Amino acid sequence: MSSAVVSTSAALGRPFVFDAKAVPGVSLPSEPTEGRPPQRVRPGLSGATADPRLAHVTPASQLDIRPAPEMVSSGIPAIDALTGGLPRGCLTEICGPASSGRTTLLLAALSAATRRGEFCAVVDASDALDPDSAVAAGVELDQLLWVRCGESSPQRERSPQRHRNTETNSLKNQIRSRNENQTEHRLEQVLRATDLLLESGGFGLIVLDLGDLPQQAARRIPLTTWFRFRRAVENKPTILLAIEHHPIAGSCSSLLLQLGDPSAADPDNIGPTHAQLLTGLDITAELIRSRLDRKPARSVMFEAKTAWAG
Amino acid sequence: MPFACIYVPNFPVAAALRAEPELQARAVAILEGKPPLEKTIAVNEKAARMGIAPGMTKAQAELCAELALRPRSALQESAAHAALLDCAQSFSPCVEDAACDTALLDLAGMESLLGPLPEISRAIHHRTTTLGLAAHVAVASNPDAAVLAACGFPGVTVIPAGKEAEQLGSLPTEVLFADRLEDSHKEDDQKKAAARLLETLDRWGIRNLRGLAALPEVSLSERLGQEGLRLQQLARGTASRTLVPVEAPPVFEEAVELEHPIVLLEPLAFLLNRLLEQICARLGSRALATQELRLTLELENLTSSNQQSAINNQQFVRTLRLPLPMLDSKVFLKLLQLDLNAHPPGAPIMKIHLAAEPARPRSAQGGLFLPPSPEPEKLELTLARIAGMVGENKVGALELLDTHHPDGFRMRRFVAEVARKTPQKKTPDSAAATAAVTALRRFRPPLRVNVTLENGQPVRVVCPKKKEVQGDVLWKAGPWRASGDWWEREAWSRDEWDLALRNDNAVSFYRLVHDLLSGGWFVEGTYD
Repeated sequence: MSSAVVSTSAALGRPFVFDAKAVPGVSLPSEPTEGRPPQRVRPGLSGATADPRLAHVTPASQLDIRPAPEMVSSGIPAIDALTGGLPRGCLTEICGPASSGRTTLLLAALSAATRRGEFCAVVDASDALDPDSAVAAGVELDQLLWVRCGESSPQRERSPQRHRNTETNSLKNQIRSRNENQTEHRLEQVLRATDLLLESGGFGLIVLDLGDLPQQAARRIPLTTWFRFRRAVENKPTILLAIEHHPIAGSCSSLLLQLGDPSAADPDNIGPTHAQLLTGLDITAELIRSRLDRKPARSVMFEAKTAWAG
Repeated sequence: MPFACIYVPNFPVAAALRAEPELQARAVAILEGKPPLEKTIAVNEKAARMGIAPGMTKAQAELCAELALRPRSALQESAAHAALLDCAQSFSPCVEDAACDTALLDLAGMESLLGPLPEISRAIHHRTTTLGLAAHVAVASNPDAAVLAACGFPGVTVIPAGKEAEQLGSLPTEVLFADRLEDSHKEDDQKKAAARLLETLDRWGIRNLRGLAALPEVSLSERLGQEGLRLQQLARGTASRTLVPVEAPPVFEEAVELEHPIVLLEPLAFLLNRLLEQICARLGSRALATQELRLTLELENLTSSNQQSAINNQQFVRTLRLPLPMLDSKVFLKLLQLDLNAHPPGAPIMKIHLAAEPARPRSAQGGLFLPPSPEPEKLELTLARIAGMVGENKVGALELLDTHHPDGFRMRRFVAEVARKTPQKKTPDSAAATAAVTALRRFRPPLRVNVTLENGQPVRVVCPKKKEVQGDVLWKAGPWRASGDWWEREAWSRDEWDLALRNDNAVSFYRLVHDLLSGGWFVEGTYD
């Protein structure tokens, strides 16, 4: 109880008055004489000398307060209104199923960052970035470093036909294990490339695109890796953004956004198909966790238009 | 008008020591000639103390176990000579290439720029040491006096104007003929004439320049002719001539010939580091950097493993092109190591040749309020490391091609120095510009799918490879027909559909493509 009293007073930066009545069983070092005010004890000075065990204890008032990270625009006003932007020096997770708007949000963030004159890097686990979409979103390609970790060998394309001809269990197992090895290899490439980019420094935004990675493989990333990433990006003007299917970084992420199931912006299905047009998607974003803003979880909906929608 | 002379004594030895600095503490002799008639042509001071002298046969020299014998290398000597000229040119634009071991500099007007003459001479001496050459430096009011002082006095010598005769007086008369007696390229007649003159002076009892300077001119002229008068002027330090400046070609090359072939990359890195440090020191002395490094390895090619006579040398060339001019030997070494790891030579290495293409160093002005950008040297290393992992064409910046072909882009080198644009200020009108654009997330390569058609329109899609991409078509738009490159072999023609699939109560939007040439159906990507 006494320690709680000391901490609260020290945290407020006030000299505290040690009242023996308030803390029973604790006596003052010297008895106050009559007519004199009670002895004022400075935290960390007289207290420390009185008890040598407290000599190395730093009062809470003298602890360094970690400054709030700088928030920058994500490129989508609705998301900025929801989260306050993307925090620099922190890990931000954006997760959601396919077609939930993860890539739309990613390209918007890249576009905003490159428009600010920053250099960005995308570590693409599945080689999924579409250059035309990036240009349509306003990304400056000169300032974007793209690391393509996916494999695009022609053998992989031919493999399904070959499999169909020889459908034996052993062959299936071999194929499965080969695919798993490829995924592991790809994941290793992603993590090492991210490590190198974080170490290199100077990037305003580094994106880990794990969106198409199988869930089991993504969950195999050890938590220590995320802690290392968080530590590497700390105190740097870099935003580390991870795009995933499900949240995997645990408590290492400062901001976690969950994107919901999509719906077409123009769902009317009337008339022939050639008369219809995919004009965009309605995206729902929910703020699941934020270390920076202790407001209850809330969501926002915004519309993303296709490049040809006008 | 002051002149400086840089003289490298025992030049063949100095060139060898520059290539192999670890020999500095040992006795070294340089051999020349065809085996087995090799003879020592130059020795360092330690070897001389051990009794090794130029002219000894290899068999005689080998009797001394501690002596390091090295064959004369024209490559090393030319590199050392180029380094000497680089050093001279870093102090004065007017440099004479007096000999392979001697460079003369005109220091007129340099005092106001570089400080007093003793300071300049010390700086020259320091720079020659940095470039791996142990040189003598002398400054005098005329070129010949500077050359004589540099040949005769070790370290740094500064002769004040008018004190040449006094300072040079103590030098032996051999200094006057040093160039003719030591240079192996000189004709034998010249050597004999020089030896005869030296012998004559010796017979007269003239042992140093002071004695020669004191001889009466007329009598000297009667006995030795014009050559005698010229020698006396040199001894008095009054000879005067015009400097013949040369423009040293900007060639920065270093080479090492190996006695035993190297197989592993680790010892190769050790040698490369030495060559890179020398090249960077030379480039730095000329205030230059490099944007292209060319490594040529001469390989031992064993065409038949049983026949040693069938060994032919073949060249292995790697060129390292940098996005920006750089001058950091450690970065270059790491880049070369990464490059050689990715592309190993494949045979033992007999000779290493490294050339740098000089470029003006980049000039960049930093700013407090500019957004951060990666440091070029660090970034280059990072990119090289990542390229080693994912492949060379898998990392870089994007460049869209002028085509309607889907996925028409190419990768190019990522450079972290682009023309800075002023950050755009957000105005209310630009709100529309910041609206989100629905992105396509590509499958590379496109996923082959089985499509069920009804009235020519897809109603069900099944991808055997990816279970997530299958289901009934909820909504569709299309087809959008596109074709191109029909005049090329890589012609393409396709119908595109945008559709929504329901799979396990989840709806996803995909781009379905019907390849009209092959007849196959593919899912090209998902709208995300």
